[in-house]
Amino acid sequence: MSGKRFVARSTRVAARMIGDETMIMSGADSSLFSLNATASVLWHAADGVTPIAAIVEREICSRFDVDPDVAMRDAIELIDALASHGILQVADAPFAATDVAAEGKR
Amino acid sequence: MREMGAKALRLGIPLSVHLDLTYRCNERCVHCYLDHDDHGEMTLAEITALLDQLAEAGVFFLILSGGEIFLRPDLFTIVEHARKLSFSVKLKTNAVMIRRTKAERLAALGVDSVQVSVYSHRAEVHDSITKLPGSFRRTVEGIRLLRENGIRVSIANVLMKGNAGDHRDVRAFAASLGADCTVDPTITPMMDGSRSVLDLNIDAQALRDLMRDPTLVGDVDAYCAPPAGPLADQDALETLPCSAGHTACYISPYGDVYPCVQFPLPCGNVRRAPFQEIWRDSPQFKDVRSITVHDLNGCSTCVHGGSCSRCPGARVHGGRHARPVTPGLREIVRAHGGGFAQPAPEEGSRCTARSCRPSRVARRRIEIPGFLAEPGALKLRIAAIS
Repeated sequence: MSGKRFVARSTRVAARMIGDETMIMSGADSSLFSLNATASVLWHAADGVTPIAAIVEREICSRFDVDPDVAMRDAIELIDALASHGILQVADAPFAATDVAAEGKR
Repeated sequence: MREMGAKALRLGIPLSVHLDLTYRCNERCVHCYLDHDDHGEMTLAEITALLDQLAEAGVFFLILSGGEIFLRPDLFTIVEHARKLSFSVKLKTNAVMIRRTKAERLAALGVDSVQVSVYSHRAEVHDSITKLPGSFRRTVEGIRLLRENGIRVSIANVLMKGNAGDHRDVRAFAASLGADCTVDPTITPMMDGSRSVLDLNIDAQALRDLMRDPTLVGDVDAYCAPPAGPLADQDALETLPCSAGHTACYISPYGDVYPCVQFPLPCGNVRRAPFQEIWRDSPQFKDVRSITVHDLNGCSTCVHGGSCSRCPGARVHGGRHARPVTPGLREIVRAHGGGFAQPAPEEGSRCTARSCRPSRVARRRIEIPGFLAEPGALKLRIAAIS
């Protein structure tokens, strides 16, 4: 997966911050996912219009002491996993506003 | 889920809120505890503002119920707002008013599931309970439309004297519709404290038979086996009776906040105070939060005290204390125990108190392999629980 791609939170999920974790329920099968604090940063940044590479640089590398290559690899791995469960969408072009869940950092 | 619940409890987050949008209803079920007149329901603006507050408070599970929710013409606006706020939305309805367009809209909004009350697989029995001729046919049609649109449906089968023998057939009928089914032998007193509807409760023998039905409880011997030891262990007695007031609460169509729909202890009103203030600071909630299994007279000396789920609210709801006020709550609960008065459980049997329901939680934890980064690296790790 390229860092030039775009990620958006699915509109089919339910999500909420519980402390520093994000609880997400898949709309497809009601599976529950819990994202830790760092994964939550990526989830909240998945606005559909910011490229993955920019998210990693701005939201992750700037906040955590981590090698940029490792951060990118972890981020892509996370995105792959979340996309496979249908709770994140990935595309080559930015998403329209209506395709992105409004859930922010609540 | 249990871990999330524990975390929410630690943080004081109301993970789940049951919001009744109306008490009006198009059915007149013989066992219903509600007053169906409208005494001033919250407006759409009040409800959307409340949903904003609930999201801010960390509520994840939102149950929209009634009354019959489809009697509110603004229901879809409410659900749409709730979904924009990323709640997991579950609806409770009799499905009588669901037609194709409504089912399609619900599917498009991504509601998690819809619970529909079905009292019998026999139309005449169902209709005799709802007092609405033709309701069975329309309810089943509504369920079919929901399922055709990919919406999960759970049939709620409340048992009473008139339908006690139908639950196996109802479950088979639910399966044929692609729906889940839950059986509930609990009839609660009416909101005004009247206990007349309790006469509809199935008798103790029927309740015992239900708790020994292998199609419901699985391995009956294992299910009914008493825990070791003469008393529940001390740790169990220090646990909480249920989530009411701890990670869950109920809000009426008039904005009154209660620990639970079955716990008639008014804790505040969202028309007069912000939800968070009520949830965090109300003396009534604080009182409820101080109750442990230790306080449930009877339960605290029962061998099943550590494993039985009991309902302090149901006891308070019992009629004699229909409008309890603190500081007496703790004493009321202590004095009258955690469940409705029922015959004492036989040796080696599971408690048959009304509030003791079969409760089975299946949990599967999935770790996504290889996801944990090397030590020192960024750990974007997820755990999936289904």
